[in-house]
Amino acid sequence: MRKVELKGLTKSYDGKQDVLKAIDVTIEPGEFFVLVGPSGCGKSTMLRMIAGLESITAGELALDGKRANALSPSDRDLSMVFQNYALYPHLTVEQNITFGLHVKKISKKEQKARCEEVCAMLGLTDYMKRKPKELSGGQRQRVALARAVVTQAPLCLMDEPLSNLDAKLRAKMRSEIRQLQRKLGITMIYVTHDQTEAMTMADRMMILSGGDVQQIGRPLDVYNNPANTFVASFIGSPPMNLIEAEISDSVLVADGHWMTPITADMKAKLQTDKVTLGVRPEHISLAKDSEPGFLVQVANVEVLGTETLVTFDFGEDTQWIAKWNGQSDIQPGAQIRIAVDDHHLALYSTETGERIYCQASEQAAEKKVSS
Amino acid sequence: MSIGKKVLLYMALTVSGLVMVFPILYAFLISFMQGGEVLQGSLWPESFSLANYFSAFERVPLLTYLWNSLVVSVLIMVGQLVLCSLAAFAFVFIEFKGREWIFYLFISTMMIPWEATMVPNFQTVQSLGWLNSYAGLTIPFFAMAFGTFLLRQQFKTIPKELYEASQIAGISKLRFFTGVVLPVAKTTITTLAIYSFLTAWNMYLWPLLVTNNEANRTVQIGLKQMQTQEIASDWGVVMAGVVMVILPTLILLFAGQKRLQEGLTQGALK
Repeated sequence: MRKVELKGLTKSYDGKQDVLKAIDVTIEPGEFFVLVGPSGCGKSTMLRMIAGLESITAGELALDGKRANALSPSDRDLSMVFQNYALYPHLTVEQNITFGLHVKKISKKEQKARCEEVCAMLGLTDYMKRKPKELSGGQRQRVALARAVVTQAPLCLMDEPLSNLDAKLRAKMRSEIRQLQRKLGITMIYVTHDQTEAMTMADRMMILSGGDVQQIGRPLDVYNNPANTFVASFIGSPPMNLIEAEISDSVLVADGHWMTPITADMKAKLQTDKVTLGVRPEHISLAKDSEPGFLVQVANVEVLGTETLVTFDFGEDTQWIAKWNGQSDIQPGAQIRIAVDDHHLALYSTETGERIYCQASEQAAEKKVSS
Repeated sequence: MSIGKKVLLYMALTVSGLVMVFPILYAFLISFMQGGEVLQGSLWPESFSLANYFSAFERVPLLTYLWNSLVVSVLIMVGQLVLCSLAAFAFVFIEFKGREWIFYLFISTMMIPWEATMVPNFQTVQSLGWLNSYAGLTIPFFAMAFGTFLLRQQFKTIPKELYEASQIAGISKLRFFTGVVLPVAKTTITTLAIYSFLTAWNMYLWPLLVTNNEANRTVQIGLKQMQTQEIASDWGVVMAGVVMVILPTLILLFAGQKRLQEGLTQGALK
């Protein structure tokens, strides 16, 4: 287990533009930490800096409290799994797994024992004599994992290890990697662009965009309480619905005619009367007859079996998505009345995108106080 | 393809094959001919006798020449493989300032005809006292821009992650080079080996310049010697010598044909 501390970690390739801007984070021993963000946000660069494959422009990297900026990759005592697995094509699975162990002064006998152990753990025992090209994608992935596990390094880095697998296998490997990490008790830093992987695997996650940290937190906290509109629209599938809204007196007006009352508490926090309103798809429902509702036109319906996604036009050029359980037989083009759960509204500054108010977090805070 | 078309195609291929191979085939036949048979224009020897071969060995020290050629070619081949692969490795896997620039400078030497540098090369070799030695025959050819270029292109197809993975595992550069890069680039290296062996085997001008005694001359000079010695031109003997000289080349080509094909066509698919 390893503690990884980043203090003002900065990376620049040309000396002018920073691809990573002063990242501060402490990754606790035994934690499964996920770096997530769109492509080009700097997440892989950050991982490679921790691995020692990229130089650090400014700031400090500490492993177990010791400065590690100038350590060579092999001196950092970590293992890494690459997106394309980086298996040696001319070596068998067994040779691939044990390749490099001799550097760590591990005897031939011990190498063999360790290799057999991890192969058994990952279901590779029958394939030990095969070459990588004779394996399926999932098996290659497992060999790459085995190679990381066999070193018994206390810190493991993974760079989008599942992105070359099909959806079904990905879901399976997701759970396997998580279980493996728990079993071995190692610290894991995992890079992905897939928010589902981040949500399902992470103890904590960091959302990066354009080299900046957007938010760090536990998956549910991030989901319920996105720090800004970027996180709101990146985390969650489908993403949070956003629209610009105005405040007049004690009501919030979006698109000129849809309105919802706001509480005094909410109003106290607002300095402007123009905000961006955010609503999660699951907080939109079909309005009951007695309820106040809002008439919208359905643009598309996706029935997934257990749930239904309804895309509808909201305002001039905005489409919102509502998600509700069960199978709905709404047809595209139909007019439906929807209701928005006003206990789950989030308000963001239209200018900066920063969160101004989020009901979920306020409620959580209240709960804490009362208990 | 219908049978008729196939027959036509194979006939055309056979005919052009014969046309291509005719000079070698005719040389082979001449090597068995006696006296004036060549001048009479006959295509087929009256009898197959090995007399020409015996006199070829008697007139010039062909065995010494063959041995010299073999040593020189093997030395050049090994030297080129070692230097080219190490240089290509540096150009691909080691980052240093001006890497691309130096590489293009390196490659640009391919545009200078070898004959243009022959005189300075000769003077260098002469002042080093390497005339009439294997060193003088081989060392000037160890660095080859083409081989470096060929191997660099091949090494570039090796995913960078393999290098990074071995860095993380703590494997040294040399061990990565011998344990991963060379085995992965095996086919290209074989192609380059065959190519450089054949080029060295067929070298004529340079050995002629830097050697002047029988003990160090190579086989191509031996052939020329044979031809000029015989004022009346006993073509049968000369051709017997030629057949002896191209034999190793042919054997190498046949043995390495598959590898050579793989090397030349790889990268075409996937």
